[in-house]
Amino acid sequence: MSYKTIVGLEIHVELSTVTKAFCSCENTFGGEPNTRVCPVCLALPGAMPVLNENVLNYTLMAALALNCTINKESKFDRKNYFYPDLTKGFQITQNDRPIAVEGHLTIDTDNGPKDIGIYQIQMEEDTGKSLHGDNETLIDYNRCGVPLIEIVSKPDMASGKEGRAFLENLRNTLKFIGVSDVKMEEGSLRCDVNVNVKDELTGKKTAVTEVKNLNSFRAVEKAIDFEVARHIALLENGEDELRTTRRWDDVNGQTVLMRVKYTQADYRFQPEGDLVPVVIDDAYIETIRAQLPELPADKKARFISAYNLSEYDAAVLTSSVQLAEFFESVAAKFDDANMVSNWIMTEVLRRVEDTEDNFEVPFEADDFVELLNFVKSGKINNNAGKKVLREMFESKAKPADIIEDKGLLQVSDDSAIGVWVDEVLKDNPQSIEDIKGGKDRAMGFLVGQVMKKSKGKANPGLVNKLLQEKIQKM
Amino acid sequence: MDLTHLKAHELIKGYENRDFTCTEVTQAYLDVIKAKEQDINAYITVTDNLALSRAQYVDSMYENREEQGLLAGVPLAIKDNVAVKDVKMTAASKILENFIAPYNSTLTEKVNEAGAIILGKANMDEFAMGATTRSSYFGATKNPLDPKLIPGGSSGGSAAAVSGFEACLAVGTDTGGSTRQPAGFNGIVGFKPTYGSVSRFGIASMANTFDTVGSFGRDVEDAHLLMQVMAGRDMKDATSIDNPSLTKPIDFENGAYLKDIKVAVPKVYLNMELDSVVKSAFDSTIALLKDAGATVDVVDLENLEYTIQVYHILVNSEIASNMSRFDSLRYGHRTQRPYSSYEEMFKFSRSEGFGDEVKKRIMVGTHILSLDAKSNYYQKALQVRTLIKKGFDDVFKNYDLILSPSAPILPIPLDSTMSDVEIYQSDLFTIPANMAGCPSISVPYTGGSFPVGMLLTADRLRDDMCFKAASEMERRLK
Ligand SMILES: [Zn+2]
Repeated sequence: MSYKTIVGLEIHVELSTVTKAFCSCENTFGGEPNTRVCPVCLALPGAMPVLNENVLNYTLMAALALNCTINKESKFDRKNYFYPDLTKGFQITQNDRPIAVEGHLTIDTDNGPKDIGIYQIQMEEDTGKSLHGDNETLIDYNRCGVPLIEIVSKPDMASGKEGRAFLENLRNTLKFIGVSDVKMEEGSLRCDVNVNVKDELTGKKTAVTEVKNLNSFRAVEKAIDFEVARHIALLENGEDELRTTRRWDDVNGQTVLMRVKYTQADYRFQPEGDLVPVVIDDAYIETIRAQLPELPADKKARFISAYNLSEYDAAVLTSSVQLAEFFESVAAKFDDANMVSNWIMTEVLRRVEDTEDNFEVPFEADDFVELLNFVKSGKINNNAGKKVLREMFESKAKPADIIEDKGLLQVSDDSAIGVWVDEVLKDNPQSIEDIKGGKDRAMGFLVGQVMKKSKGKANPGLVNKLLQEKIQKM
Repeated sequence: MDLTHLKAHELIKGYENRDFTCTEVTQAYLDVIKAKEQDINAYITVTDNLALSRAQYVDSMYENREEQGLLAGVPLAIKDNVAVKDVKMTAASKILENFIAPYNSTLTEKVNEAGAIILGKANMDEFAMGATTRSSYFGATKNPLDPKLIPGGSSGGSAAAVSGFEACLAVGTDTGGSTRQPAGFNGIVGFKPTYGSVSRFGIASMANTFDTVGSFGRDVEDAHLLMQVMAGRDMKDATSIDNPSLTKPIDFENGAYLKDIKVAVPKVYLNMELDSVVKSAFDSTIALLKDAGATVDVVDLENLEYTIQVYHILVNSEIASNMSRFDSLRYGHRTQRPYSSYEEMFKFSRSEGFGDEVKKRIMVGTHILSLDAKSNYYQKALQVRTLIKKGFDDVFKNYDLILSPSAPILPIPLDSTMSDVEIYQSDLFTIPANMAGCPSISVPYTGGSFPVGMLLTADRLRDDMCFKAASEMERRLK
């Protein structure tokens, strides 16, 4: 038996504009209930929506980053339904003429890169939030009018892993271009998955199941895999079922039936006559495109070719905008990109807690360049360099001051090192015997002793050279 | 001299000459209101204290010779679907019986800035749905010309206030004729501008792609004055536009505007059954226009015969959606009956709060938008609306104005039991301008036994054409 898995995602992303979609209320997460509301969000009689231009701009950025075709003329519609947290009795959305269509996003799979299609991106507004108590329900209207984009993928994913990869890639892309903070736990990224399975021999398909409100990447992957297995079992048992909506039960690792859809919901869509159609031209689209930062995939490819980095290093260094920027500003002033990469990958990143969301170091790129120059020129050795960096994180002092303070300048003076070498050789006759007897390991011990005597300042290369010379002469 | 019989432009001259004070005029109006309201019921709320303190303020401005707005000291009424901050805004519905607007509409800001004195909130058909002002939760308004008759609707209170000297000017809204039909029934001037010329921010929507804000005056100059103040693009209303034709200067005393203009009379209107008084006023108006040097031709206006049907399909669909914000959760009438779910709470509150006309339209509109009926009715009606607009465009390629009566009938008795369909017919001539977004004015023909509104409609953004032609017609009738 051979089955084809069909997985599509519907993703709602909250845009991080300063104000809401259709009024000038502040658009931020949390806060005292009902403190960020106005006649427009509360749908008082006579209140009218006016589109926030930045909602359009952010949506266009997202659409361009997802390789979509932009509709030069799109319009808003009313989706009519009654619900306590829906103030107007309709939600403003885009139905038949959305802002963007036909895009794609490339994911990495075990069989190489794969394009996942995107049907459309539409602008819409969020609704309020009901807080259920024992005997009453309270409503917080702060979220009313929070701008969202709905991204509908094509059913191009074949597993939980691919679904997760798509969602993660989507999140990184949107975060990278700065249109959303894409936090699943705060609801600024919400994902529903649609799953069904087709028997490739008989052509028989199961009815699509929708799993709603998944709140972690892991849950997306698990829920898809659970549903795929359930659908295959349905086909194998010759069973069929109606279109269902389910939710993910994380504790028991399974999906649970919420409702069976007998008919399509009747939202009585109609044009939103209070908003004029959104008409844009090529010049406008190009202005937005010009504001778009380099996308993660492009940046990674450029890092590999321009700086000659490994695939892995390039991936890590481009995982956040700030990190990539830090790397590039250092690499611009220091001609050994691999050394920059190595130092950041090992010594810097181990000291930065939150690389992904907020890469931040307490010193300037120029200070870091200065440190690397000290090491590269041999003025301090590698170990001293690491000490200096640690100090830069802790005391935020300049590298030159730290080196001066701690006396870390490397000693490359033959006569000074010669004195330490002579002393060490005098104290360790056994080691000399060992070396002469062919035991190389003793050499390392002697180098260590000299370094210790120099308090780490001796140039290890010179120490080695002098030890060799002096032992040979003995 | 009866101060309430002066027109707005006459009042302003009087203030400038210090013939009387704004407080005297305002008090005179409040006295008339006190005397007449029992009979006429033109107002839902009278804001007498507010009006008097505003009047004193305007008087002090005159005394100090400060620069005054265009309407300084002119008392006016505002239809009760318009938000005036801290004043009740009921839209003549029980569901908003105790709703106090926490903000001003843009037009309220503008008339305040212009120095106008708001006397109160005028009665209307509930949520502006109707043509009689009988569907108000606060009782019907009566026609001051004959209190046994309706004043028309839905801005019947605004029209009656002006015609009955309970206000000098009045603000109305016009979705299908609601300023022009009652103006015709009350023997005054009613004007509706090009769609979008006045901001709708702060005005309870009825059918938002048809709704406009219009003016009532006892002459054309007054109606024009109020429009100049209210017009202008507003950032709070995305559909609002700048319409410079509303502020073009007009010579109300001597302007010879009818000479050489071309007037079209749609053919379908000629074969219609009109009340005989209306018919003779219509014929006389055509003769008057020709006399003044205008050309009057009978023309074909494509698809005009579908106007009423298309209008009701589209308008009710918009109404159904616009009324859904009244769920009694955040404001408005809340049921006292026990309920066990939010659906029940909505249901009880709404069925108690809305009147029959509103309920009927919500149900019709909801049905039209529901899936199976939608493509048959709604989408087709949208297409026909486009065709009707195109018909207007074609006529305006060759003509300056379209002429018809404002309504096919005279105002009916308050207690008449005309069917809904018959009543809807009274908007027959006024609706096309709303479908096409055109400016349109009703000016009274006063040569017969009862004043009859004559309707002039111009091309979009040619609002000045309406005022110019109407002003000369008015002058020639004197
Ligand atoms: Zn708001």
